[in-house]
Amino acid sequence: MNAIYIMWLRAVKRYVRSKPRIIAALGQPLLFLLALGFGFGPIFQRAGQGNYIQFLAPGVIAMTILFTAIFSGIELIWDRQFGFLKETLVAPVPRIYVMIGRTLGGATVAMIQGLIVVVICLIAGFRVTNYSLLPVAVLVMILVAIMFTALGTAVASVLSDFQGFQLIMNFLVMPIFFLSGALFPLTNLPKLLDIIARIDPLSYGVDGLRVALIGVARFGVTVDLAVLSIIAAALLIAGSYLFSRIQL
Amino acid sequence: MIQVRNLIKKYGDFEAVKDISFDVEEGEIFAFLGPNGAGKTTTIKILTTLLKPTSGSVMLDGLDPTVAHNEARKRFGIVFQDPSTDDELTAYENMDFHGVLYHVPRKVRVERIESLLKLFELWDRRDDPVKQFSGGMKRRLEIARGLLHTPKIVFLDEPTIGLDPQTRNQLWTHVKKLNQEERVTVFLTTHYMEEAERVAQRIAIIDHGKIVAQGSAAELKERTGAESLEQAFLALTGTTIRSEEATSIDQMRNMARAFRGNPNRGKR
Repeated sequence: MNAIYIMWLRAVKRYVRSKPRIIAALGQPLLFLLALGFGFGPIFQRAGQGNYIQFLAPGVIAMTILFTAIFSGIELIWDRQFGFLKETLVAPVPRIYVMIGRTLGGATVAMIQGLIVVVICLIAGFRVTNYSLLPVAVLVMILVAIMFTALGTAVASVLSDFQGFQLIMNFLVMPIFFLSGALFPLTNLPKLLDIIARIDPLSYGVDGLRVALIGVARFGVTVDLAVLSIIAAALLIAGSYLFSRIQL
Repeated sequence: MIQVRNLIKKYGDFEAVKDISFDVEEGEIFAFLGPNGAGKTTTIKILTTLLKPTSGSVMLDGLDPTVAHNEARKRFGIVFQDPSTDDELTAYENMDFHGVLYHVPRKVRVERIESLLKLFELWDRRDDPVKQFSGGMKRRLEIARGLLHTPKIVFLDEPTIGLDPQTRNQLWTHVKKLNQEERVTVFLTTHYMEEAERVAQRIAIIDHGKIVAQGSAAELKERTGAESLEQAFLALTGTTIRSEEATSIDQMRNMARAFRGNPNRGKR
């Protein structure tokens, strides 16, 4: 248990100390919110879909958590490069604890970033329709954070350096984001896109956030939470397995 | 305490360790010497559960580290050849982190961290992030950390690289003391022959993945008719310089160094 705690503490300390990282990570959601939010706002309105900022904000919050979580997981490659990974791999604690501690730490960092973006959205004019559903929103955020940190760790466990990183970004992370309905409604999509959006786990995160924050549902909150929980658990198991097999 | 039998490790076609066998007795200081790329670190990685052998068997205190990972990990401590501290954390935090992972009780942890950081003259800088440390200071921290818990076996993989004579002296005095007072078995590698001669009771020389000689320093000198261990070493392993391929990790480190514009970063 102590091992999980100390791994978690390390991740959080590293985050709190790297102020440039915190600021840099907030640039992207801000850009999406301002450029897309205000840029597409009038068109969205004319298409009869209502206020685009209201629609976009949950997507931008989910995006922030997705990126921060994946990067936190992938930080494992840095630890491998700079040697710190060795220190944790020879320690007399089960590797699954090390992996869980890392994942919870990364997920916590992603949560904090997500919450900061919530505040930014509120400043930009986003309005939560029903504050009593806020705990549901937080639960969705936690699940999304854990799910993608575990995914990042799983991926980083099989990569020995950053050579494959662009591949992961372009063929995994970007599609997960763009095809999740974070930017556009998942209604009346072409068949292929519809199928992909249903497979994309972030779709359920975005949907869960929309249900909780603005009361708009596509899959429904029960389905969202069930899918997110199952996939988060599956990725944690897969990540632990791959992490425990790392050789240096 | 350590038993290695017919150990083989292959990376693809390349055989890094070719069928080696040796024993290290309990309470012994054992030096594993060899030129660069001879297979020393690979052997240590297998003994410390970081790598799986291709074939052969290894035993640590009667346990197979390839199966009983966790039990085996409780038996040893290691000072790595490469950096393994977290640069963003302070020296004290790195020590404390290690103590928690190795189940050192809080009270003992606090005492030992203080005495070790003082011994290696890092106490005044304990609250500075490690990224501000020089290469030598980082090395000292690695060593202090490796000695924080008292294991049955200590692996020291070229611990004295980049250290000044004062620190080397501190290190070996401390290691000898641990060995004598707490019967800690020590398995070390080094390129400094006089160090091996000074501290090790027994020496094995490995070259191209094979053990070419074993015995005390005196025995090795007698066998080769050499005056010093260094001459004996050269007689046994030849005088050609070994080329080592840079691994992708080394390449990555170089790139990261170039990015940060700090030539000292990650320096060994």
